[in-house]
This record gives sequence, structure tokens and C-alpha cells, in this order.
Amino acid sequence: MSQFAAVPKITSLADLFAVAYQIESDAVERYNVLADQMETHNNPELVAVFRDLARAEGIHRDEILRLAGNIDVIAHAQRMAKWKRGESPEESDLSSAHYLMTPWHALQLALPGEERALAFFTSIVESATDPEIKRMAVEFMEEETEHVNLVHRLLKKYPPPSESWSQEFDPPVSQE
Amino acid sequence: MSTIEMRLAYKPADYKSDIKPIWCPGCGDYHVLMSFTRAFAELGLPPEQIVVVSGIGCSSRIPAYTNCYGFHGVHGRSLGIGAGLKVTRPDLTVVVASGDGDGYSIGGNHFLHACRRNVDMTYVVMDNHIYGMTKGQPSPTTEPEFDTALSPGGTGLRPFHPLVIALASGANFIARCFSGEPNETASVLVEAIRHPGFSFVEILSPCVTFRPDEKDWKNLVHQAPVVATNDPAKAARRIMTDDGFNLGILYRGNRKPYQPETGQAIVDLSELEKEFEL
Amino acid sequence: MSDTQDLSIAFVGSGGAGALTAGSLLLEAAGAAGWQGLLIRTVGPQIRGGEAAAVVRLANRSIESLPDHLDLLIAIDWLNVQRFGAEIEVGPQSLVISDPRGGEPPKGIASAGAHVIAIPLKEMAKAIPDGRPNMIALGIAGKLLGLGEHEFSALLEKRLIEKGQAAIDASRSSLKAGYDAVRDVDLGLRLAPPKSGFTKKKWLVSGNEAAALGAIRGGIRFAAAYPITPATEILEWLAPNLVKVGGVLLQAEDELAAINMIIGASYGGTPALTATSGPGLSLMIEALGLATAAEIPIVVINVMRGGPSTGIPTKSEQADLNIAVYGCHGDAPHLVLAPQSVGDCLFTTQWAAYLAETLQTPAIVLSDQFIGQNRAIIERPADVAFIGQRIRATNITGEYKRYALAANGVSPMAIPGTRGAQYTADGLTHTERGIPTSSALDHQIQLDKRRDKLESFNYGDHWASIEGTGDLAVITWGSVTGAVREAIARSAKDGINVSLIAPRLLSPTRPEQFAAALHGKKRVLVVEQSHGAQFHHYLRAHYDLPAAVRVLNRPGPLPIRPGEIHRAIKEWRP
Repeated sequence: MSQFAAVPKITSLADLFAVAYQIESDAVERYNVLADQMETHNNPELVAVFRDLARAEGIHRDEILRLAGNIDVIAHAQRMAKWKRGESPEESDLSSAHYLMTPWHALQLALPGEERALAFFTSIVESATDPEIKRMAVEFMEEETEHVNLVHRLLKKYPPPSESWSQEFDPPVSQE
Repeated sequence: MSTIEMRLAYKPADYKSDIKPIWCPGCGDYHVLMSFTRAFAELGLPPEQIVVVSGIGCSSRIPAYTNCYGFHGVHGRSLGIGAGLKVTRPDLTVVVASGDGDGYSIGGNHFLHACRRNVDMTYVVMDNHIYGMTKGQPSPTTEPEFDTALSPGGTGLRPFHPLVIALASGANFIARCFSGEPNETASVLVEAIRHPGFSFVEILSPCVTFRPDEKDWKNLVHQAPVVATNDPAKAARRIMTDDGFNLGILYRGNRKPYQPETGQAIVDLSELEKEFEL
Repeated sequence: MSDTQDLSIAFVGSGGAGALTAGSLLLEAAGAAGWQGLLIRTVGPQIRGGEAAAVVRLANRSIESLPDHLDLLIAIDWLNVQRFGAEIEVGPQSLVISDPRGGEPPKGIASAGAHVIAIPLKEMAKAIPDGRPNMIALGIAGKLLGLGEHEFSALLEKRLIEKGQAAIDASRSSLKAGYDAVRDVDLGLRLAPPKSGFTKKKWLVSGNEAAALGAIRGGIRFAAAYPITPATEILEWLAPNLVKVGGVLLQAEDELAAINMIIGASYGGTPALTATSGPGLSLMIEALGLATAAEIPIVVINVMRGGPSTGIPTKSEQADLNIAVYGCHGDAPHLVLAPQSVGDCLFTTQWAAYLAETLQTPAIVLSDQFIGQNRAIIERPADVAFIGQRIRATNITGEYKRYALAANGVSPMAIPGTRGAQYTADGLTHTERGIPTSSALDHQIQLDKRRDKLESFNYGDHWASIEGTGDLAVITWGSVTGAVREAIARSAKDGINVSLIAPRLLSPTRPEQFAAALHGKKRVLVVEQSHGAQFHHYLRAHYDLPAAVRVLNRPGPLPIRPGEIHRAIKEWRP
């Protein structure tokens, strides 16, 4: 059973574009949701980190639309790009967010997603028989490789947090 | 030769308001909001035709985070508001949102009768096995040994089984979902909303602040091994013996939804006083 | 033989003897013959077979209160009748017809000096196939009042048609037996004949029925129902009649569901109403606050009964004023109105529906068991143009603010389905846009708005009944108004001029208008049916009263009679 059983089968170039588009689109949505959360919860450093990640994914998403040319990727994605279990291959788990999270956490949250996306496109490259699909999958694989490298570079910049990073100085407040 | 695909009339983003949720980062309800917006987009309903009704609690904050009409009522009474609204405005799509405290404790009586009454609406309960908004008291679905300030050492009480109660009371559609699978949940919501009558969807939605142990739920949930049944007895057996993490549509009934005819006057107003005339 | 102003007859009996039916038929026959009147029913706590008394008061004018004493009391039996005590008071001028096998008359009857005639009603009934003692009693009453047998004949046919010809015949025979039994008795009781050339239509109706009809006339098209004595009849009348006008009634599982259902229906654009009594109103208070805060129109009819707690469910009292006006937590001003008679139940409920919709707020209508469940013959109430219709937000340009400030405090309300106006109604304190806030400024703004919209509205003259002249003002409200009016009429005959102030609008208060009504008054007599004198305290809290104030207050279950008020007026030398 493929580890990507959750992803719909790619049988055409349109399918590849649709799935790639949806992966990036979901990532943009998720990073913006996280950025909004950090904004509401007064963690400005993380707002910047997540907005940056959202912007990077957004650039890739728009590039996919450009590469697709006349194919209505959005319509096709709405039809077939629905993950079955959990989230997309580039899953970054919203549930691992924390209001006190540090940039290191954000990158740890992003990294598995980028690595899985890379593995996904790599598997398409390896299994595709259609040369056009293969060629496009290679491009996406290269893009994801860049993302993974970027995350690693950033992780070098941001230190891992101390043991007490989640220590709360104020208890939770009841709102209703 | 591919057929021309039409885009959906609305994108999920069209159903999100500009108000940023106050839910804690890590809260399952963020995924539930995603599921709502994805489901609405799939259904193609104009945002102004949907009303999200809620009670009080973290889950109940959801109406204002959507771009639909909303009603944030008082604790435990959202089903009454939904029923009065839907019966008089059958043209609207009514989704009632609640939590395990709001829905199963103070709202328990209304839950029974809403299932029985079978008005065509969808009841979504975000179950996190705790009262989150008020900082961590046990709810009817909290495990008996779970230690809290209000019940030191745990309540010692057997947890409520809402799906069984829904079935016994007459709910026409019963499902369980997990917030961590927003696309699956969205699909179930689409079916729940489409299904006539009272649809009950329990969404397990972990509370990151007061139940950090619920991070483990993503490893405990599993797809139900059977397809939805319309046989209440079969459904009862399945639901009664499930481990609480069985996901999917578990029951799909055939009851006719309760929707009295309204809007057309049969007599002139002046006819009503005739019985008093001497 | 003189024509009297009004006559009072009571039927008393137990165990299903049919006293209430006899009273009801008497009122209806008298009404058909042209008289007006009031039927007051009193019952024991049993569901069946309990003791019952039906008091019928007939006159040529509108009757709104109990008589001081009965002219005629017919007892089918006396079992457990001491329960009714002073409600069936007789005097030396009274005639009592008593079945000698019906048990011992209570001591009060003999000591009052009434004239007692023994007639064996039960035995007579046995002699007639399927004979009924209550029909014999009805015949006796009819004969003594000067009503012809024919006045009853058509009525019996109409009422008993479903039970078959045999039942109709048995009743007619019993009635005739009654007439024959007192053929030679003449009390000199004769009602002045009804005014001839009287063209106004007349109705026989209870306050509950009138309120329900008023609701529909006022635009109500949705009701949620939970049964409670003495309000259930409102809901049962609405169930089929709402359907006739395209509306619907939903039975709720409890009062909490009922009030939330009407809030939901109203939010969706349908004027909505429920009816309850004290214990139900207590349950509804939280949601009343929600409707107030979210500015959603609803009408709640509260038919007051004896309290507190379960109290005396079948009797009247005026002790829900406090909870109606002050019951919500927080500062939550809303409308409270009170009808003053059976007929006024129609107008006040209709007006309440109109005001609730216009001002986007809950309206509580404080009726009570006395006017709610008693039936009266009244002139057909005039049609009034009050139909509830809230101002809607339709052509939305730009951002929609549900709670936008407005000169009159009322913001256009968007109905779900209106594009571009999506908002979330909320009990949380909110901004003009409806977004929850804890800001001091927003809280102040919205509180001011909700108070000012009520206080600045022009309610016209309907806010109170202000009648008469004289430096003594009797201030009362609700069903007691009828007894006060009669007491004032009697005082006028004594040459004492007294004025009446009876507010129909209890909340918001009307300081300017009340002061105008009190202008020149040196003394005030407050009359109310409340042990804690809730109305007196309410008046003191909100209005300036002259230095000389007396209070005539009593809890239920006994209605306050005109005689008591008249005495209080006479005894108070200026």
C-alpha cells in the first residue's frame, strides 16, 4: 500500500497539475491560518515566519497555474484533488501549533510536509510512463527540493528552544 | 477528449469571514471550520442561504468565523433556535454547531427531542471530552477517571454515548468524524446536509489546552469497517459496541422530515372571529 | 317588580354535576337574548369530579368583575363547597335553591340570612329519561331571570348536536322541569331588557381566545407551545387557526425550547409568540435577555396565576410584575404590557405584536387567570391598524451594520437570505456591526440605544386608561381595573368623584405622561392583587406620587371586588 494512498491517482497531465496546485493551495491556506493565529495570539515573530512560508507556497501555486496553460486547473482540482485520509502530502499539522511556539517549531512543522511533497513528486517521476507527466513531475520535484533545502537552511539560523519554552506565565482565561 | 469542467460557484474562502478566531493555536476547531467551508463550497450554496446556529462554548464561536448568517445563542438552546428558524424558513440551510458540554449536558433534553422531531437540519457537535471555555471541567463524554478541579480523581460516571442516544431518539443520519481529517469530514458534512431530516455529526476535535492527551486521537481513530446502514437495529449494535473512534456515516434513515406547510393563507382573517359571534 | 342593573347567578356542584356547563349555557343564552355578562369559573384541584362553581353576572353593560353577592345560588350539591368560601357569597336578599339530598349547606349560607328553597334536583332528574340535574338548575335560573324557554332551545340543539337527538331531548325535558319547578316563584328579579336598536355585534369569548386572535391580527404567524395552566387555551386556539392563515405552531419539549424556537423563527423574519404562566416565564427569562440584547422581536403572553413557585395554578394573582419588568439579569429593558379586561386582551396583544416588531424587542403581555379563563359577552372589538412589521435591511450597499445607530434607535434588520448582509446575532455585547466586544464605549452605546428606542417611541394614548375627575386617583392595572371602574361608578352615585389611572404599558415607564395624569391629584389609592404590593413599589420606584397614598393589596386567590374598593374610597375622607 503506497504511503500516498490518500492522494488521488494521477492519470493525466491535468491530474498532475490539479494535485500539485491543490497541495500548494492547501499549504498557502494553512500557513495563513497559522499566521492569523499567531497574530491573534501576539506572537509577531511567528507571524512573519508563517507569512513568508505562505508567500513561498503562493509563488509556487501561481507558477503551476502558469505552467498549466489552457488547462483549467482550478476546476479540475475542485473535481478530483481531494485527499482521503488526513491532509495533503505536504501536510503540516495544524494541531501541533502552540501559542508560544518558536520559529524552530514552525520550521519543524513545515519540514515533514515539504519532505513528503518531495517524496510524492519523486514517486511520480519514478512511476510515470507518460513523458509529459514525467517531465512536469521532475520540475515539481526540483521545486520541492529547493523548499526542503530552504527549511534546512532556516533551521540552521533558528536555534532549538529551551526545555521551558512552553512555560506559561499566565494561566488560561475563561471567556464566557 | 476531456469535457469542459465548470468551476464551483463558490470557493471555500467565500465562506470565511474576516474575523480571526480566538481558538488556541492547535485547536481542532480550526480544522472543523475548514471542513465547513469546504463542504459549503462543494454544495454550492450561496453564503447568505446558510445559517450557522450555536450555543455557548469554544465550538459555538464558529458562526462569526463564517461568512454565512449566524446565531450565537445561549448555553444549550441552539437546537430550539434552529428548529423555529427552519420550520418557518425551509428555504434556508440550517447548521447547528455545539460542543459536548453545550450539546449533551445542558442541551441534552433538546438533543433528544430534536432527533425525535426530525426537522431538516444538521447538528454538528465538536466533542473534545471537556468543558474548554470554562477551563477544564468534565463533560458528559469525559472519561470517568479523568482528574479535574471540579471532580478531583475523576467523576466516576460512565460517559454519555451520544450516537446511541441519537439513534434511539430518531435521528435520521448519524456520523462520526475527526477534525484532523478535514476533507473526510467535509465529505460527511456534505452528505449530512444533503440528507433529509435531522442529521447528527459528531466531530472529535481535540482541545490542545485542557486535553493535550488528545493529541493521540489521530492514532486512535479508524474508518468504520462497515458501510452505513438504514436498519436501526443493526446500527444500534454497531454503535453500541464501537470504541468511540469509529469514523464514518454509521446510520442513514428513511424518516420523512418534519416540515409543516406554511405561507399560504386558507381563509380570510375575518373568518377567525366567527366562532365568537353571538 | 323593578328592572335591576345587574344580576348574579351561581351554579355549584361536584362530581361532574355539570355546574360549569350550566353557567356557560346561561351566559350564552343571555347573550343571544341581548345581554352582556361575565362567567367566572372556580374549580377544585381534581381533574374530574371535583367541586365547581360557575358565577354568571348579567347586565346591560360590559361586566368586568365579580358581584358583591349573588342574587341566586343553585346548589346541585354542597360537597366540599366550603373551598369556594367568599366567592359564592350570599346576602339577605339572595335566593338559594338547594337539593335537600345534596349535603349540608355551609354555615355562611344560613347566617347570611338568605332565603332557601329546597328542590330535589337529582330526584327530578332521575324521573326523566337521561335527565340532568344541571339542566334542571339551568331551567330554574332561566325562569327566575325572565328568560324564555325558547331562548335555550336553539342553543341546546347547537351544543348537543354531536351527542344525538336523545341527548337534546333529555336536556330540553330537564330544562322544562326546572321551569315548572319554580313556576310560582317570582323573585322580582328581572334584568332590564336589552337596549333595542342595538346594532353592534357581540361576541362570547374568553380573554385567552381574545389574546390569541389579537396575536394573529397583530401579524404573529409562528407560535411555540408548552402547556401550562392557565395559558394552554391560547396555544390550543392558535394551533388550528395559525394554519388557516399560513402560519404554524410547534409543540416544544419545554419552555426553554419554546422561547428559543420563537427567537429562531423571528430571526428568520416571522413574527413569533408563545404563552405561558409564572413557572414557565421563570424558565424563559434567560432567553428573554438574549432577545433583548440581540434586538429580536418576540411576544410572550404570561397568564398570571397564584404564586410563588407552583402556587395556585387555577386562580388569579398579580404577582409576576416584578419578574416581567425586572427579571432579566443585566440591564435589559423591554416591553411589558397588561390588558385590563377580557376584550382588552385582543387589543393589548395585537398592540404588543406591533410594538415588538417595530422596536425589535421582546414584549411580555401580563394577562391573568381571571380575564384569561373567564368568558364574557362583549361588544365586538374595533379593528385597529396595528400590524407588526419590522424595518428590514434590503438594498445593502457597503458594509452592513446590524446594530447601526439610528435617530430612533431602531436599526434595519437583515433577514437571512439577504445577500451581502450576513451577520451573527449574539447575546454577547457587540459593536454596531454585531461583533462581540468588551469595549466600554460600545457597551454604553448599545445600552443607550436599546433603552432610548423604547423610551423615545410615541405610544399615544394607549399607554394607560385615564378616566374621571376628582382629587383622589385610584391607580391599578390588569384585571383589577374592572373592579375599580365599578367602584368608581358607585362612588359617583354617592357624589364622590374619583379618577382612574390604569397603565396598559408597564415598561418602559412614562414619567411625563404619568405626571400629567396625576396633576391636581392630592390622594392616591393603589389597588392590586399582590401580597408584596409589587405594583405599589413599582410606582414609587418610577413615579412621583402625592404625599397621601393608601394601598389596598391582597394576594390571590380571591378577586378584589368593587364593593371593597368602594368602601375604601368612601372611608378615606380627604
